[in-house]
Amino acid sequence: MATTTKTKRDYSLVGESTRIAIEIGLASAEWYHTDVPRKAMKELMQRSDGPAIRDTIIWIVAILGSAAGVIWFWGTWWVVPFLLVYGVLYGSSSDSRWHECGHGTAFRTRWMNDAVYQIASFMLMRNPVTWRWSHARHHTDTIIVGRDAEIAVMRPPDLLRAALAFTGILDFRYSLPTLMRNAFGSISPEEKSFIPEMELHKMVTAARWHVAIYVAAIALALYWWSFLPLVLIGLPRLYGSWHMVLTGLLQHIGLADNVTDHRLNTRTVYMNPISRFIYWNMNYHVEHHMFPMVPYHALPRLHELIKHDLPEPNPSMWHAYREVWPVLLKQLQYEDYFLKRELSPTARPYREEFHALTVPAAAE
Amino acid sequence: MADWVEACGVDDIEEEDVIRFDHGGRTFAIYRSPDDEYFATDGFCTHEKAHLADGLVMDDIIECPKHNGRFNYKTGVAKGAPVCVNLATYPVKVEAGKVMIQIS
Repeated sequence: MATTTKTKRDYSLVGESTRIAIEIGLASAEWYHTDVPRKAMKELMQRSDGPAIRDTIIWIVAILGSAAGVIWFWGTWWVVPFLLVYGVLYGSSSDSRWHECGHGTAFRTRWMNDAVYQIASFMLMRNPVTWRWSHARHHTDTIIVGRDAEIAVMRPPDLLRAALAFTGILDFRYSLPTLMRNAFGSISPEEKSFIPEMELHKMVTAARWHVAIYVAAIALALYWWSFLPLVLIGLPRLYGSWHMVLTGLLQHIGLADNVTDHRLNTRTVYMNPISRFIYWNMNYHVEHHMFPMVPYHALPRLHELIKHDLPEPNPSMWHAYREVWPVLLKQLQYEDYFLKRELSPTARPYREEFHALTVPAAAE
Repeated sequence: MADWVEACGVDDIEEEDVIRFDHGGRTFAIYRSPDDEYFATDGFCTHEKAHLADGLVMDDIIECPKHNGRFNYKTGVAKGAPVCVNLATYPVKVEAGKVMIQIS
């Protein structure tokens, strides 16, 4: 097994890795897809408002109910369980709503996707324009170094940073200044690298709306001389994002980079029903990346249809983290090291061409 | 000079669906609407090189399979991010059970 690090990865979107990715054809490449008959895929792609309306009503009622509990019990210890629920609904489940509605697959009706997308973006302190484009790039160039703007854990892994992610502090520290910078009309070269010029003014406008709401919340807190408005608006991004990180980190961590086969760089994990509700079935992540047109509620069916061609899913989050931990430790020394999960015997072989070129070391 | 080219038979496309048609080194997408009308556009999304024939037809919208960008396939109009550039459309006629498109 080769374990020597050849080249330090450059995660900038306008740097050396970007140039190499474009040069060798890793950028905007053709990706591996499991064969699915058109008729079956058409059925899976079908949109419907029903499941997302049901889930969104449950979501909103739970948010408002837990918020009422926070307000009612504010100042007592009884507020803690309500804060836990409200925090996760605000700071974690908004991520999957943002994600699915950003794809436009959650609802059949476009304005419903757009409305939930805007609300969830605000809850996450994400600029709805920036993140729509960064996520498009993430799907074009999934875990391609120098191209993908959404690589959560870079190599060699910063374990302290990964641990702190569960507190939301780092994300908060990044998101708030970014929001302020955008609100003042400042756009970074990285943002310009994946957002078309004609969309940039929308990014500034969205940032100004978000800032205006935060300013109103701060004003209210000062007027009432209470933290309560901020505990309900903004701060859940800190105390409630742990579930988003818990589930989201597993999407790609420890797996290959610079490959064009989602089976090599993406993970499917079986999860409990509560986490799946919060995460809107994004635990079927290989399936989602291979076929982003399939709505969240159809992903379990898609999984059944193509699992013969995928690596065995991790049976639980605990199992997945136990599998990942030694890989991360190894990557501290050898950043080219990664986990190559075994394919089922019925699967077509991994697509190796770029993989062999760029990433020589693997754990199997 | 624009030529009429036979793309497929009328029954080769299901209602509210799309198929791919390659001709002269170019790729087109041929649509059959829920009203049983036929339309043709360029075969690739204007955002990135993805085959629209792998996408989803809903009413008069084609959704790209890669990033869910949406176009009105009757007019070619891009319906918002991540697609910003309209899709080229082509005249279509049906003759003797064949779908013909006019390619310039």
